Amino acid sequence: MAWSKQQMAERAAQEIGAGSIVNLGIGLPTMVADYLPEGQDVWFHTENGLLGMGPFPFEGDEDPQLINAGKQTVTVVPGGSFFDSATSFAMIRGGHVDLAILGAMQVAQNGDLANWSIPGGRTMGIGGAMDLASGAKRILVLTQHVTKQGEPKLLEACDFPLTACGCVDRVITDLAVLDVADGGFALVELAPGVSLDEVRAKTGAPLRA
Amino acid sequence: MTGRHRDKVQASVEDALAPLFDGAAIMVGGFGLCGNAEALIAGVVDRGVRDLHLISNNAGNMGKGLAAWLRAGIVAEVTCTYLGNNEDLHAAMREGTVKINVVPQGTFVERIRAAGAGVAAFYTPTGVGTVVAEGKETREFKGRTFLLEEALPADFALIRCRRADRFGNARFWRTARNFSPLMATAAGTTILEADELVELGELEPDDVHLPGIFVHRVLEVTEHEDPFEYRTVRARAGEAS
Repeated sequence: MAWSKQQMAERAAQEIGAGSIVNLGIGLPTMVADYLPEGQDVWFHTENGLLGMGPFPFEGDEDPQLINAGKQTVTVVPGGSFFDSATSFAMIRGGHVDLAILGAMQVAQNGDLANWSIPGGRTMGIGGAMDLASGAKRILVLTQHVTKQGEPKLLEACDFPLTACGCVDRVITDLAVLDVADGGFALVELAPGVSLDEVRAKTGAPLRA
Repeated sequence: MTGRHRDKVQASVEDALAPLFDGAAIMVGGFGLCGNAEALIAGVVDRGVRDLHLISNNAGNMGKGLAAWLRAGIVAEVTCTYLGNNEDLHAAMREGTVKINVVPQGTFVERIRAAGAGVAAFYTPTGVGTVVAEGKETREFKGRTFLLEEALPADFALIRCRRADRFGNARFWRTARNFSPLMATAAGTTILEADELVELGELEPDDVHLPGIFVHRVLEVTEHEDPFEYRTVRARAGEAS
């Protein structure tokens, strides 16, 4: 049984050390916050200018001027702070963010990440993706193992436009946890009931086990 | 020499926007629709200027905010970081009517910060080895490659704050601050739309987010739409989710 999205988010939450600063990308990575144990002193950073982001507000408490980088209404936890975008990206680019959990379109075996543009597809823009990918101390990618069409997303080389070179440290998919190390993918863990052969068949690059 | 720092308070949107001209580069604060100077943005369309270079993170969304400028056909060039599902911007891109420059967000704001701080250019690691690096100088520092990015100034900045005094000292609200204080430093003329105008001395000097030296025109606008882009909530304890 491959992991569900919820189980992927739960597995990703185990990667977050107590007392760390974490930026969660738009989409599936946002769900990771729901699986953190209490009392870990983990501070969520959102690049539009908030450190100490809390959960969605209770209905009736939402403020259109208190949002995350996905433009969803959020809350601020006690001890949180607001700041301008230059300060926010100093936190990112300056290496003060311990971990960024990002989505991906493609990841290469050397750690190259492509997650902002599909050739011939709709241009969504770059946003904070390039700064996060090249600036955060550790990059964890959270993605389905293959595309909706069944094509591998983990490849020898990306053919989509890159977000950053050699930035990815670890990938969590619905099938497995893999590290990017010594120029290739290395298996860390299989999802329950998933075989190494299946992961190898669905990975577009050599896999060390 | 007469300074620019008296009589900044404007009586109307028309007065506040009087200095605008055709072909101007205009920075507009806000993250999507969050923290938009709504009255000034709407007023620019009525002002009748055109061929504008709009510098803004998103250039509107959901047909609101700066999307009105795109619909009015008064924009020649957009420098932004994210298009997302901004259909007006996608239409402009498809039709080729507007030149669109997409910039990484950290580089975008640092270029603005540099312009305001008198720095001509800077080296950043962001974008190395990507399309962003095409045609740009790179240089190694301590074994890592960096990209040279140039300052991004503008003729005008239109920004919004929660509270301001007549000198232009400003305080922002929550995540509505975003690019606005940096844009204020980088523009020849900064026009501030304040939810509330207070007397000099009412803002605690330690709590001023943007000193009035960077603001040239102040307009009080008490009513705002402040639309939600994605209104996400959770159920209260005891309620079904």
